[in-house]
Amino acid sequence: MNVHVLSPGLLSSIQDTGRHGFRHLGVGSAGVMDAYSHAIANLLVGNPVGAPVLEITMAGPRLRIQRTARIALCGADIVARCDGRDLAGWRTIDLPAGSELTIGHCRRGARAYLAVAGGFTLSPLLGSSSTDLRGGFGGCAGRALASGDVLSVGHSTIDADAIRIASWWIDPAPDLDFGSPAIIRMLPGHDATSPPDAVFAREWRVSVASNRQGLRLEGDAVRPANACERVSEPVAAGTVQLPPDGRPIVLLADAQTHGGYPRIGHAIVADRPRLAQLRPGDALRFVPCTTQQARRLHCEQRQRLARIAFAIGTRLRT
Amino acid sequence: MPYTIETLGEDALLLRFGDAIDAAVNARVHVLSQRIERVRPPWLRDLVPAYASLALFVDADAFDCTLEPLDEARRWLQQQAFTADDAGVAGRFVEIPVSYGGEHGPDLAALATHAGLAEDDVIARHCAIEYRVAMLGFSPGFPYLLGLDPRLAMPRLDTPRTHVPAGSVGIGGAQTGIYPQAGPGGWRIIGRTTLGLFDPLHDPPTLLAPGDRVRFIAA
Repeated sequence: MNVHVLSPGLLSSIQDTGRHGFRHLGVGSAGVMDAYSHAIANLLVGNPVGAPVLEITMAGPRLRIQRTARIALCGADIVARCDGRDLAGWRTIDLPAGSELTIGHCRRGARAYLAVAGGFTLSPLLGSSSTDLRGGFGGCAGRALASGDVLSVGHSTIDADAIRIASWWIDPAPDLDFGSPAIIRMLPGHDATSPPDAVFAREWRVSVASNRQGLRLEGDAVRPANACERVSEPVAAGTVQLPPDGRPIVLLADAQTHGGYPRIGHAIVADRPRLAQLRPGDALRFVPCTTQQARRLHCEQRQRLARIAFAIGTRLRT
Repeated sequence: MPYTIETLGEDALLLRFGDAIDAAVNARVHVLSQRIERVRPPWLRDLVPAYASLALFVDADAFDCTLEPLDEARRWLQQQAFTADDAGVAGRFVEIPVSYGGEHGPDLAALATHAGLAEDDVIARHCAIEYRVAMLGFSPGFPYLLGLDPRLAMPRLDTPRTHVPAGSVGIGGAQTGIYPQAGPGGWRIIGRTTLGLFDPLHDPPTLLAPGDRVRFIAA
């Protein structure tokens, strides 16, 4: 089955859980920015949790779906219509063959995830179907979607001659709540700031220069305790860097593998979905956190996801 | 202990060997990296060398929720009783043919002037060294090479070029390297190689690996 891209939206790319095991060769992970929404979108259509999906940024694409398809849209609260009907997020939706799916702008949040039953089928590169936009490989021709692209979807046995929207849905709270300011818990980094609590004492705003590589923040500049130059070291998604202008950058899914700026902290994994949903102008506050707390929060999120998976599995079987 | 252990967020350890660009320090990084590689545990996702540090990325989901993944990784590391002594790692030896100057090396003349050398002397000095791949980073397959003749060092461009062709050989400060992909770049470009440095369809996907030895040959 094919999905035809009639218009691509602002930045839509195929992503899965990312590429691992190649950072030593300079290959970053890429992958979905909001892994929680990604997993639930897949569960709602009966896919494996890590299957490739379409990550949509701020404004979505227009797609023609060749055959009957089961879809779900999770993540940002986004406008979506098909054949004159509004399609709500976080639900299982069946569309008849030939449907034109129009995904509009994000009402809240920045990134939505479109999963299609059967999954987008691409040849994985280096163990992943994710698009590495900086490296220009993976996903659909190593780039964001363009008009005229045709995406292949795996086999599915869904049958529908009219749009069918499930009466039940998943509530993503507390993992995704679009609250303002967003509260992001942060582990200590290698480098201290002066004064030590400077990054926690201010409210930050997300800059328009933010992208999948990093969230650039605006606010009163923060100084590192020690401003001398550093040798490039490994960095990762979540690493909070402090460039010379004193405005932190939170590295995200497309993080480079090495960086030379002072590292003042690390946003915790459990708060990564919330970071992924921030848009330019949104407010953010950092709160200090310990490794033990981060682990507990990550495990609690994993357990909520396991319960949701069980509940969806039960619903889809009935 | 020749290194200290720090955390890099909640799913990586950072082993720090020093805080400067130094060939002996970098050699120790590669020794330890290869020792770990040989007994690689299944939960080790990525093993990432840098100039003076080595990161171990852990798959946190491989551990039960009652365990702290980084504590487990630390314990494993101690049990292995790894040392990072100076016993050198040979690394593979790779020769890279380079077409220097002209349209392939638009900054060769400026670099020669800066160094107070003839262009041919710059080429001869660039080809005279056996470099070590300190690390790969910046973009897939981009090698940071150790060993540049200090006479050839030159600051980066004030304004990076918006387009540097794939295969361009550059000098940035005291470092030399090769751009695997076309893209923006601020290093002084002195030549170009036709060898591919990154191909995601190939196994391994990069021409060079950390710890490899490299020599440029004027083509």
